[in-house]
Amino acid sequence: MCLAIPTQIIAIEATSPFPQATVVLEGVERRISLALTPEAQVGDYVLVHTGYAISRVDAVEAQETLAMLAEMTAYQ
Amino acid sequence: MKFIDEFRDPALARRLVGQIRQMTASRAAPVRLMEFCGGHTHAAYRFGLRELLDGAVELISGPGCPVCVTAAADLDRAIALAEWPDVILATFGDMVRVPGSRVQTLQAARARGADVRVVYSPLDALTLARQHPARPVVMLGVGFETTAPGIAAALVQAETERITNFSALSLHKLTPPAMRAILGAGDVPLDGIIGPGHVSAVIGSDAWGFLPREYGIACAVAGFEPLDLLGAIAGLVRATVEGVPVVDNLYMRGVRSEGNPTALALLNRVFEVGTAKWRGLGALPDSGLRLRAEWAHRNAARLFPVTREPAREPPGCRCGDIVRGRSAPMDCPLFRRVCTPENPIGPCMVSNEGACAAVFQYAVDF
Ligand code: SF4
Repeated sequence: MCLAIPTQIIAIEATSPFPQATVVLEGVERRISLALTPEAQVGDYVLVHTGYAISRVDAVEAQETLAMLAEMTAYQ
Repeated sequence: MKFIDEFRDPALARRLVGQIRQMTASRAAPVRLMEFCGGHTHAAYRFGLRELLDGAVELISGPGCPVCVTAAADLDRAIALAEWPDVILATFGDMVRVPGSRVQTLQAARARGADVRVVYSPLDALTLARQHPARPVVMLGVGFETTAPGIAAALVQAETERITNFSALSLHKLTPPAMRAILGAGDVPLDGIIGPGHVSAVIGSDAWGFLPREYGIACAVAGFEPLDLLGAIAGLVRATVEGVPVVDNLYMRGVRSEGNPTALALLNRVFEVGTAKWRGLGALPDSGLRLRAEWAHRNAARLFPVTREPAREPPGCRCGDIVRGRSAPMDCPLFRRVCTPENPIGPCMVSNEGACAAVFQYAVDF
């Protein structure tokens, strides 16, 4: 139930009380709420859970994690 | 797919497995790690990580399946609520097939005429409320800190839009108290905890600081791809071997140390912390979220005071022991013989995150 999928925001609409975004989830365009991530921008990837973006996906951190994992295994 | 495929690189996965095996080579017994989250249980089976690490690391399923830890008494309450005249009960799909007491389910209630609707999002439940202004629409709030902020946001939105027929039955639970209850009982020896990724996106990786501090046990917050899990496991194995328990965050791309302040503020605006009943763990103080007094007009527990007979757990089902890591699905005499995904006896077989469903679906050697 805590499943959340990284997906890219393709449009944002400034609705009340919370902004909404359009994303493509498994090939289907969906409207999600940005109530929990109002700072998200068009082009950002967000983790979507039950129709809400719960977190922004940070591309720099993703690269750093991959680099760290590679480094961990470098000296075997 | 972005942020998925990169974390499935087979070459790096093999190297991580090699490193984990090397670190554990001199140990007499496997390193025992609990994956809190049912999503991790399924990912570990799906990607074959258990076999890859066999003998080096033992993975023990934890209580991180909201459907599985919902007490039979609360399910009975949801079923009774669905049968309240005119009520539309909106629920996430997993809940409709979970047996309460006396082998009742929401699905059975629907067959008897109750209006039970499966929704993907609390926003869909709000839409139902707009479409049926004369009928009470109740969102069944089941889930951890990941799910509860969305329910809170839907309630705030109903308030702003003056949708008066929308309410929620909050059965939401908090994850750190469950972890404390399991460690406090002390009957399941553990070397480390794989922390729940999406719960931590909301509460922050710092929320797990009490594990090393109070229990001397390491925690690694992980995402749900193979490299996420293997990286977390490698970190926990190293912490165990070196004897230095810390909180590691292997899911930095989605989880900040302080969590999501907007989501936490919404939670705090709508809910307050109270006692909750857990299957297997009993009533735990400060482990659940209930609606604050200011939200009484949207609190289904108050609006629909249903009466129920005392709850009964499904006879023979071991879910209660499974969610606390004391038993594995194979230990249940009903597993696969009587209890299957088509004919589930307990919630651990129904839910997509349940340990019994994971073993049934993926394990070949039971
Ligand atoms: S196999 Fe079925 S009856 Fe046994 S513990 Fe799992 S859900 Fe319960």
